[in-house]
Amino acid sequence: MMRWLLWILAGVLLGGIVHLATILALPRTASQDAYARLAPITPVNAMTPIPAPTPANALLPFMDPAFAVAVCRYDLSAGAMKFTAPVSQAYTSVTFYTRYGVAYYAINDRAAGRRLIELDLMTTAQRDDLPDDENVTAADRLIIESPTLTGLIVVRALSPEPGLMPMAQASLTGARCRTQ
Amino acid sequence: MRLLLGSLFTFMVAAAVGLGSTWFALTRGAAFGTLQIGAWTARPKTGTADIDPYARAAIARAGALPVGLGDGVAFLARTDDQGHPLDGRCDTLISGTTPPARYFTLTLYEPDGKLAANSLDRQGFTSHELIRNQDGSFEITVAPRTRAGNWLPTGGVERYILVMRFYDTAVGIATRAGREAPLPSIKSGGACQ
Repeated sequence: MMRWLLWILAGVLLGGIVHLATILALPRTASQDAYARLAPITPVNAMTPIPAPTPANALLPFMDPAFAVAVCRYDLSAGAMKFTAPVSQAYTSVTFYTRYGVAYYAINDRAAGRRLIELDLMTTAQRDDLPDDENVTAADRLIIESPTLTGLIVVRALSPEPGLMPMAQASLTGARCRTQ
Repeated sequence: MRLLLGSLFTFMVAAAVGLGSTWFALTRGAAFGTLQIGAWTARPKTGTADIDPYARAAIARAGALPVGLGDGVAFLARTDDQGHPLDGRCDTLISGTTPPARYFTLTLYEPDGKLAANSLDRQGFTSHELIRNQDGSFEITVAPRTRAGNWLPTGGVERYILVMRFYDTAVGIATRAGREAPLPSIKSGGACQ
């Protein structure tokens, strides 16, 4: 009897390890994460408008239907990227996600403080490789460091009422992401 | 022989405990750093690089993209203030005020994150669209049938989730209590279809 209790105890302890291992491994093994869902319709290093979610058809779950959305699926292996987006009339935000869906940086039009949101995206290694004199002028340009080589830039423009959706979508057509 | 039987048994227990608790944590939601205000819950850290491993796993599994913290914060409600699950066949009243934010949106989803179909093709409100009282407060009736004022149709779904997203707001990781972030109350108990 005592022996079986020990076996059970060992099983529960091992189960705890299994639990932690599966939780930690899940983001890397999930086959239907946001990146995988967006990959078929988004070319690499280009802005692509995402169709608005409808009850019958939504590319991602829990999308905010009040927003027009465009996505840049980036790959920094060819070098740093430059991202620009014009500000829409109501509210515009830019969120950077890693390959595994971690939102590591987000900025809105007010924080950007200009009529154009302008950002440089690079890995830590690419930033270290910047020539020193360029780093000095970097004071007035916003540099974002990506923790992963690939990921997503998501631009969202609010349409405060349904009739303004075409305007929000039009403002996103001016968004660009390209390798420098 | 006994050793083999014993270790086999141990592995079975380990698999059941480990995978069972993982499944449980992902479907029921293990909560770290949860901000609870009335029936509304938010996890502001989910929109940062400091996201906890449970939220990471849940997001990867669902395929969703969380709202980044520099963008805004999302509050989710599955129940009314009394803890009863939200029922799309009944009338539910959302009333009160909201914390300061440049814009907010309220959206109704089915539990899996799909928008609920309805004849009006309305899935939510933005702060801009709401009809308000003189003091700035508002009432929204979430109901399967037409209602006066701010009517959010449910399409008659059995269960639904409400998500309030606040954009360009001070509400975030430092927010602790409902006094800093007043959220509207959710009262069911109205007529059912």
